[in-house]
Amino acid sequence: MEPLEIAEKIKEKFPEEVKDIREFRGQVSVTVKKERIVEICRWLHDDPELNFDYLKDLCGVDYLGKKPLRFEVVYTLYSMKHRHMIRLKAEVGEEDPTIDSVVGVWRGAEWHERECYDMFGIIFKGHPDLRRVLLPEDWEGHPLRKDYPEKGPDKEWKGFQELLEKAKELRVYQWEE
Amino acid sequence: MGRVEKPLETREITLNMGPQHPSTHGVLRLVLQLDGETVVKCTPYVGYLHRGIEKLAEGMTYLQALPLTDRLDYISSMANNVGYCVAVEKLFGIEVPERAKFIRTMVCEMTRISSHIIWIATHALDLGAMTVFLYSFREREWILDLFEMLCGARLTVSYPRIGGVRNDVSQEFLDSLYKFTEEFPKRIEEYETLIDKNRIWLKRTKGIGVISAEEAINWGLSGPMLRGSGVKYDVRKAFPYDAYDKVDFEVPIGKNGDVYDRYRCRMEELRQSNRIIRQCIEKLPPGPIMAPDAPKFTLPPKDRVLADMESLIHHFVLITKGPMAAPEGEIYVATEVPKGELGFYIVSDGTGRPYRMRIRAPSFVHTSVLPRLSEGHLVADVIANIGTIDIVLGECDR
Amino acid sequence: MIIDTVTETIEVEEGIKIIPGANTIITTIDKIVNWARASSLWPMTFGLACCAIEMMTTGSSHYDLDRLGIIFRGSPRQADFMIVAGTVTKKMAPVVRRVYDQMPEPKYVIAMGSCACTGGIFRSYSTVQGCDSFLPVDVYVPGCPPRPEALMYGIVKLQEKIRKERIRWSPWR
Repeated sequence: MEPLEIAEKIKEKFPEEVKDIREFRGQVSVTVKKERIVEICRWLHDDPELNFDYLKDLCGVDYLGKKPLRFEVVYTLYSMKHRHMIRLKAEVGEEDPTIDSVVGVWRGAEWHERECYDMFGIIFKGHPDLRRVLLPEDWEGHPLRKDYPEKGPDKEWKGFQELLEKAKELRVYQWEE
Repeated sequence: MGRVEKPLETREITLNMGPQHPSTHGVLRLVLQLDGETVVKCTPYVGYLHRGIEKLAEGMTYLQALPLTDRLDYISSMANNVGYCVAVEKLFGIEVPERAKFIRTMVCEMTRISSHIIWIATHALDLGAMTVFLYSFREREWILDLFEMLCGARLTVSYPRIGGVRNDVSQEFLDSLYKFTEEFPKRIEEYETLIDKNRIWLKRTKGIGVISAEEAINWGLSGPMLRGSGVKYDVRKAFPYDAYDKVDFEVPIGKNGDVYDRYRCRMEELRQSNRIIRQCIEKLPPGPIMAPDAPKFTLPPKDRVLADMESLIHHFVLITKGPMAAPEGEIYVATEVPKGELGFYIVSDGTGRPYRMRIRAPSFVHTSVLPRLSEGHLVADVIANIGTIDIVLGECDR
Repeated sequence: MIIDTVTETIEVEEGIKIIPGANTIITTIDKIVNWARASSLWPMTFGLACCAIEMMTTGSSHYDLDRLGIIFRGSPRQADFMIVAGTVTKKMAPVVRRVYDQMPEPKYVIAMGSCACTGGIFRSYSTVQGCDSFLPVDVYVPGCPPRPEALMYGIVKLQEKIRKERIRWSPWR
């Protein structure tokens, strides 16, 4: 099925949810509201004509100051059977950065969602094990947010700070004689 | 006589494996909950190599971000570069000349060979076959020498450019590569004779880490991990990029979805890659290696910059402002790297720098499936499973 | 020329004398200890990132570190020096330090690659800008990644350094 047809089909099924359909270089993104995201994904997965059984990618994007709702969670879907692709985008606001988890639909979403939580601070409700995945668990802040400095905040991570102090102690007694 | 029959008291123990462990292929850490020798629960911890590549790329121009992609999957850096270039070219709408396409396909397959060679070397080493390691590094060195001949670097090559490749291939390079392709099938047989009928190898790989086709799709696996389970999905066939639609090759698939089938898949891929390289050398068309509008995207050669005013201006503008007028939009482009499907999701806001560059790394997804493969099996099988998912932590953690 | 074989010693190298006919060598303990240490350096396999691949290559068939008496050890308890091969992230740094602390004295550190030396191209929130901020580094091998020859040169430099050490074996130091 052509990507635009799929987008139309989604709009037909969920007219209130679909906010925007946009095509760029043959790829179609469908922007939806976040409330019924699991339902939409479940339908996309199960519908025999669409059958999106393969979650290629799930990630977050931060549109700070560019869009009214700050975050977007992007689902790139593919069907092994019909060989077609679509991109689904759910908008998430800054005040309430929560969205329902799609782990029940695609098992592979588990770590992607954990990473999204780690990097953007978006909380996935119903996720079996929502912890930081890439950064240490007591890290402060979410690095891929646009207001997070690239070189890190002035306050160092606690674990590394301890290490530096320990190294300073050792330097006094051992290394420099 | 007066003995009381009391059941033996047992308890589960927690075993920490890594991040410094010889067989975790880098800095992967596993926490294993063990009941005797059986794994009850396996929790992978990653992120020990998280370097913030996605964040760094946001502050760089499209051209500057290219060397970062080398260091994602450092075993197959050429394929990563090509993946990134294909994505950016699609964003800009650049058409790459035919000769560059063939050269890229050729180097991609060379990378696939060198990556699979490392995989078989370390996988066999973990399972107790040391000789394979020594044999296969011999061929890897050969490929690295060829890379060096081509672009001067061994590991982190940065050879492809947005809109083509950096420099043309020499006849000498093609001759030595052709000689390699003639020799290599014999070497593959050499590895196979070492382990294919080895009873230990078979015992430790057959029926271990089984994952069915439906499950593999649902977990989002890709590459040989998916094909080992019998799903015929290869990005090179499904979304052909570069010259993959012009060369003839087959996609090997497995049946049982265990460690052994994935091993067979990868060994067959080595032969197919060899075949593709030969075809590329034979079919290599003459012509330019850079897209005609490439000066807008790629730095001019250094000697021209020093001699020619126009090139100097190009150089200056590209460095300071970046490639101009990236159209506003977003794309997801996937390529087939040796580990699986590497996707670049680039959001552009119309400036010379990517607004967001997301890297869909196959190793990240494959690491997440490790508990599913290991739980309920023995500790020794965890090692086989780590080997078979073929992860590179640089890519997993980004 | 007549050599007095009973009382005169011959200096074959600086600090090493032999007594002819007696089959005896006279030298300092420093020399002997350093000779023993430099001739069988066992590194700790501590591959962190890209450089680990080049480190593996150095140890494998083509470059063959074994001929220098260098055998990779998996355990820090049996290692003499550590090759920090690759980017050290803040999450990894405490682990690196712990592995270093577990190694027995005398211990040395080679920082392999630009990332381990200075942080390299990764100037980001999660990378340590050079592992010398928390480890005493003896030899820096720059390069991204350094070639196997460069690593071997670094190891030879470390051996040179060990040969020049004085009373590192004594409890007083």
